[in-house]
Amino acid sequence: MVVMRLGRRTLLKGGSALAAGAVAMPFIARNGLAADAPIKVGSLLDLSGPIGLSGQSMIKTVQLAVDDINAAGGLLGRKVELINYDTQSNMQLYTQFAQQLALKDKVDVVQAGITSASREAIRPIFDRFKTLYFYNTQYEGGVCDRNTFCTGTTPAQTVSKIVPYAMKNWGKKAYIVAADYNYGQITSKWMTKYTQEAGGSIAAVDFFPLDVTNFSSAISKIQNAGPDVVLSALVGANHVGFYRQWAAADMKGKIPVASSVFGLSNELRTLDQATTEGIVTAYGYYESVNTPQNKTFIEAMSKRFGNDAEISELGSATYEGIMLWAAAVKKAGSVERMKVIEALESKLSIEGPSGTVTMDPATHHTIRNAYLAKAHDRKWDIIDTFPDAPPEDTAAVCDLIKAPNTNKQFVVDVKM
Amino acid sequence: MDLIGLVSFNVLVGIGTLVLITVGLGVIYGMMKIINLAHGEFMMLGAYTTVISVTNGINIWLAMLVIAPLVVGIVGLIVERLLIRFLYGRMIDTMLATWGLSLALIGLMTTIFGNDVRGVPAPVGGFSIGNFGASGYGIVILIVAALTLVGLFCMLRYTRYGLIVRATMQNANMASALGVAPSRIYMSTFALGAALAGLAGGVLAPISGVSPVMGAAFIAKAFITVLGGGAAIITGTGLASMIFGFINEIVSFKSTPVLGEVALLAAAIVMIRILPQGITGRFFKRSI
Repeated sequence: MVVMRLGRRTLLKGGSALAAGAVAMPFIARNGLAADAPIKVGSLLDLSGPIGLSGQSMIKTVQLAVDDINAAGGLLGRKVELINYDTQSNMQLYTQFAQQLALKDKVDVVQAGITSASREAIRPIFDRFKTLYFYNTQYEGGVCDRNTFCTGTTPAQTVSKIVPYAMKNWGKKAYIVAADYNYGQITSKWMTKYTQEAGGSIAAVDFFPLDVTNFSSAISKIQNAGPDVVLSALVGANHVGFYRQWAAADMKGKIPVASSVFGLSNELRTLDQATTEGIVTAYGYYESVNTPQNKTFIEAMSKRFGNDAEISELGSATYEGIMLWAAAVKKAGSVERMKVIEALESKLSIEGPSGTVTMDPATHHTIRNAYLAKAHDRKWDIIDTFPDAPPEDTAAVCDLIKAPNTNKQFVVDVKM
Repeated sequence: MDLIGLVSFNVLVGIGTLVLITVGLGVIYGMMKIINLAHGEFMMLGAYTTVISVTNGINIWLAMLVIAPLVVGIVGLIVERLLIRFLYGRMIDTMLATWGLSLALIGLMTTIFGNDVRGVPAPVGGFSIGNFGASGYGIVILIVAALTLVGLFCMLRYTRYGLIVRATMQNANMASALGVAPSRIYMSTFALGAALAGLAGGVLAPISGVSPVMGAAFIAKAFITVLGGGAAIITGTGLASMIFGFINEIVSFKSTPVLGEVALLAAAIVMIRILPQGITGRFFKRSI
């Protein structure tokens, strides 16, 4: 960095060779020691602030994954070390800590980001400094970047399962209520698309800013429209009021509700049963998934962290993201970025808590099981399983095999 | 016809809700000229008190109508003794202090209970207006709001304590010369305002997502209503709640909730422009 401050002429006058030598020295020295130095995994998650609830559940599985790898003898005979920073729901800290992880800590992989905004803040940084990056949250889809791997579900894997179920079992007329920011706007478009594909109709779409607490006018409007089903993409603590007021107006027995985000924040444990009973969702993971891997995973989690918070897709996809990376390192026999990327692109597959998770080489998203579940007695009853659901939405716009230099998030154009 | 019935009912409930979330702030601001930025957090404490009491097996009516105001009233008392009493007459300083207090309360509740959203079931079911279902709990809100206003009015108008409170608020020095201890009155008024905020939080708990940051969603509306109402607590709060509640609910129903909020804010701006002292600054000047 000192070199940068000198004028161009000074450098030209012959300082360059010297400076380059000085800069290169630490690299040589460090690489010499690298044989038994630990492999470093970087993590950036919001552990406090408004997004903190999600981050708290994710960091637990990060720690468990690192411990599990070390308990199995580490990777390539080296220990794995976790370096984690709390980004405090603050975008500025994301960029700051991302640079720190890439330049100062020189981590071998980063598992980071919760909101789409945070991912788009740090993704270019890891591209620039050539640091492998995993994003493990369910999101709206469309990221296409050879350096980035997304392990969470996208609407083609979840919303596409909810809507046909609703149409088939409840009726063809849907009413959409959604949060008024990009997640709700985009998800409502997917809901509309899948409803029309299933031969249904949309009575109306209503958007609610995140600070709306009184839903009485919305509930009157829904009743007036008389839909067969309400599709919800409402987000956050204030919007929980919708489900509570819905139950208080005795609407529960009359019009069923399906949601694309409900339950990811431990709602089934913290809300009363009258509010949650019967709500249908679809995710890539539920605690009730019946596999031996999942049993071991849940036991290990409750042994280490207690049993008060339900594990959601956020937690399992984070665990699987780290395990996919670990499998790729083993396969490549190296932590070098390009070698690991190539290993991941070989249709690499692991058995995670949610089932078989396969990295799709074309999109860098995962082919994973999707589950449809209904809240019953404060638990998710799985009513249908869709094995190996592909990330069709991202696949429609992104092909990293044909165009490996693509680097952007496509806004998936939802055709209606 | 049924729909008109349902919407009218919703308008009434909207007004009742606004009265509940405003009246505690109105007591503290209207009588003591203290801007309590921790009002929303006092509501949050009331909601948490209700949720925790109910999960520990206490009857929900007891929890929200008695325990919540009592607990938050005591918290208000402590806050007044430790913080507010040193800042009387220093409006900006009290704003800063109560804002800090609100942050501290959010942090405290997050540390103790986590960032989760909690809830208690509504104790009454729904009822139908023609073909439409309406929330029976709305009637509870209406009754509690009405009783709160009536009770407050009777206390201020007909009791000796009410007389002393009003005298102190009008002229503390004169009241002091007549043998009243203003600091006691201030203390009890602040505790009363806090208790009313606790009541609002308790009553709204069954229909809201209860989380440490829930107060923020209520505070702006409460302030607008208090300022729109003006100096007379009960008449002002009541009238401003009616105007704003009506506008918000009708516009939300006819268009979207976003425009409903916009209409409420636009109405507030127009009203403050025409009536800078609030409704009771010009009309009903002699009311309470």
